[in-house]
Amino acid sequence: MLRSVVGGAALIALLIFSLGTALVVGLQGRGLGVLNSADWSAIKFTLWQASLSASLSIAMAIPVARALARQSFPGRQALITLLGAPFILPVIVGVLGLLAVFGRAGWISAALDWAGFAKLSVYGAPGVILAHVFFNLPLVTRLLLQAWMAIPAERFRVAESLSAAPWAYFRLIEGPMLRSTVPGAFLLVFLLCLTSFVVALAVGGGPRGTTIELAIYQAFRLDFDLGKAASLALVQFLICGTVSLLAFLVPLPQTNGLGLDRVLQRLDGWRHRLWDGFWISIAAAFLVLPLGAVLFRGLRHLLELPPQILAASVTSLTIAIISTALCLAMALSLSLAFARRGALARSLAEATGILGLASSPLVVGTGLFVLIFPYAQPMAFALPITASVNAMMALPFALRVLMPAVQETYGDYLHLRMSLGMGRWIWAKRILGPRLRRPIGFSAGLAAALSMGDLGVIALFADPDLQTLPLMLYRLMGAYRMDQAAATAVVLVVQSLFLFWMFDRGGRRHAAFG
Amino acid sequence: MLHLDRLAVQQGGFSLRADFKIAAGDRVAVIGPSGGGKSSLLNAIAGFLAPRVGQVLWNGQPMPDHPGERPLSILFQDHNLFPHLTVLDNVAIGLRPDMRLLVSQKAQALAALDQVGLSDKATAYPRDLSGGQQGRAGLARVLLRQRPLLLLDEPFAALGPALKDEMLEITRQIVQQAGVTTLMVTHDPQDAMSFAEYAILVADGHADAPAPIGPLFHEPPVALQAYLGRRAP
Repeated sequence: MLRSVVGGAALIALLIFSLGTALVVGLQGRGLGVLNSADWSAIKFTLWQASLSASLSIAMAIPVARALARQSFPGRQALITLLGAPFILPVIVGVLGLLAVFGRAGWISAALDWAGFAKLSVYGAPGVILAHVFFNLPLVTRLLLQAWMAIPAERFRVAESLSAAPWAYFRLIEGPMLRSTVPGAFLLVFLLCLTSFVVALAVGGGPRGTTIELAIYQAFRLDFDLGKAASLALVQFLICGTVSLLAFLVPLPQTNGLGLDRVLQRLDGWRHRLWDGFWISIAAAFLVLPLGAVLFRGLRHLLELPPQILAASVTSLTIAIISTALCLAMALSLSLAFARRGALARSLAEATGILGLASSPLVVGTGLFVLIFPYAQPMAFALPITASVNAMMALPFALRVLMPAVQETYGDYLHLRMSLGMGRWIWAKRILGPRLRRPIGFSAGLAAALSMGDLGVIALFADPDLQTLPLMLYRLMGAYRMDQAAATAVVLVVQSLFLFWMFDRGGRRHAAFG
Repeated sequence: MLHLDRLAVQQGGFSLRADFKIAAGDRVAVIGPSGGGKSSLLNAIAGFLAPRVGQVLWNGQPMPDHPGERPLSILFQDHNLFPHLTVLDNVAIGLRPDMRLLVSQKAQALAALDQVGLSDKATAYPRDLSGGQQGRAGLARVLLRQRPLLLLDEPFAALGPALKDEMLEITRQIVQQAGVTTLMVTHDPQDAMSFAEYAILVADGHADAPAPIGPLFHEPPVALQAYLGRRAP
C-alpha cells in the first residue's frame, strides 16, 4: 500500500517535471509562426546531425564490437572497461580532448600545417558529429558486444561444423542478432544526439551548426526572448516525444554492463586478425588520444588553477549528491511499486523512464523558469533546479539497472518468503537490501557522475557568481585559457570518477556474490 | 489429514480441479505431463494461489490464508537458499524468519544441520556448497520447522541420478521418521516408485485422487499410459 503511494507520488512528480513543464512551455510559446528561417534550419540541422551521428556510430561500432567479440589480446578487458568511460565522462571534458587532437591548435592540424596543408576546422557541423560519435561509438560498441556475447557458443560451433562461408555465417548468426539490436541502438543514440546540448554549445553554432537546444539557449540567454525560446522548446519536445514513442515500441537494448568477460572461441584466419586489429586500434586511439591529451596538458598546468576552483568543486559536489539521492529515491520507489505488477504497469513505469531520456534539460529548464518567474527570481533556484533536472536525466539509466534486480529478487524468493512467514521489515533489511546493494551502488555512481559532468540547466540559470566545475571549464574555454581549462578538466574528471567509484564500490562491498 | 474439498484454482487461462483426501504420514508422488497443473496443485496447497471454489483443510480445519501460517514446508526446484546468507542463517529462518535467534534456537538449527551431515558448513555460503549439499541444507530447514506437511516441487531435479537417489532416500527417512505427510512432484516414474506409496495423476487441469502406486503403474489408466509411454517402471 505504502509502496504504491510512494511509487505513484514519484510517478506524478516525474510527469509534472517532464510533461508539466512542456505544457507550460507550450502555453507560453507564440506558436510556430515566430520561428524564422534560422530557427527552421536549426531544426533541420538537429535531425540531420542526429541521424548522421547515429548511423556513423553504429557503422563503426559493428566492426569494433565484432573484433572485440572474437579476438583475445592483452588489454582487451581494460579496453572494454574504457569503453564505458565516455558515458560517465563530463561531455565538456571530452570536447576539450577532441579539440586537442582535431582542433585548429590540435595535433592533426599541427601535422597538416607542417606538411603544408590547411589546418582542420571542427567548429560547426563536423565538430558536433565528431563529438557525438566519440561519445556514442563506445556505448553502441558495448551494446553490440553484449548482444554478440549472448549468442550461444553452440551456434558458432554449428556454423563452424557446417564450414559456413563468411556470408552464410553472417546470415545465420550475426545478421539476426544485428537486426534485433541495431534499431534500438540507433534510436537510443538518435535520442541522445537530439537532446545533447553541451557539444553544440562548445563546438556548434553558426548557420550550419546550431541545434534546437543551442537555439533555445541563445534565445534565452542572448536575446532574452522567452516566447521564442518557448516555441523552440515546444518543437524540441514534439520531436523528442515522437522519437521516444518509437523507442518505446522498439525495445531498447539492455545495458547492465555485466557479463562481457568471455571471449568467443572462433577459428579465424590471419586476415580476420588483421582486420580486427585495425578496428580495435582505431577505436582505442579515438578513445585514448583525446582523453590523454587533455589530462596530460591539465596535469602539467595543475598549479595554474584559478582559486575559484574550490567553490566550484563544492557546488558541483553538492548538486551531484542531492541529485543522486533524488534519483535513487525516485528509481527505488518506482521499481518497488511497479516491478511486481502486471506488464502494463511495468511498461508505464518504463515509459516514464524514457520520458526522462526524451525531456530536454533546456525544455524543462525553460518551463521551470516560466513557472517561477512571476513569483521570484529564478536564478535564486539554480541549484535545486539543476539537482532535480539532473536526477531526472539519470533516472532512465537507474531504472534500467534497478527494475530488473527488484523483479528478479521478488520473482526468485517471494514464495519462499511467504512460506516462511517472513515479515516486511526483515525482508527489506536482510534480503531485499543486500540483494539490491550492488545495483543501487552502480546506479548511484552513474547518477552522481552524470550530474557532476552536467552542463545544461546550470548554463541557462547561473548568474556570473555561481559556477559548477563544468561551467567554469566552459567559461575558461570561452576565454581561450586552455591550460587552465585542461587543469580544471583534470579536477572534474577526478571528482566524477571518484564519486562513481565510491558509490559503485560501496555497493560491491560485502555483496560480491549472488 | 489433508483434504482438498472440491477445490478449483485458476491461473491465467488455466484452471485445475481437485477433490480428495490424503491420510497423515502418507508419501504421495504427483505425476503428469508438463503444463498439466502439478505446480498449480502445490501452489494451491501452499497458499500461493487462492482457490476460486472450495477449500484446503488440514485435520478438518480450513488452512489459514497466509502461506507462512499453514502447517507446511515447501522446497522449490531452486532458489531455496538466499545466496547472501550463511547456511546456518538460511536454515534458521525456518524457525525465526525475523532472524533473531535465541541461543537454544541456534543450537536447534545446528542440530538440524548435523542431522543432514552439514555440521561443518554452518558458516559457509550457498555458493560454497555442491548441489547435493544445497539440497541437504533445504532439508535441514524442513526438519527445523517441524511442520506436519511437506511439499517438494522437484527440488532434486537438477542432480545426477546417484545423487538424486541419495537425496530421495535421505528425504524419505526424514519424513518417515517424523511422520510427515509429503507430496512430491516428479517427472521420473522410478523416483515416484522408490519414494512414494501413493501417486496423484495431474493432467488436463484435473488432479485425480491418490491411488496406491504399485497397482497404478501396473495397470495405468489411459491418461497415465499416454504420459508414461513405454517407460512404465
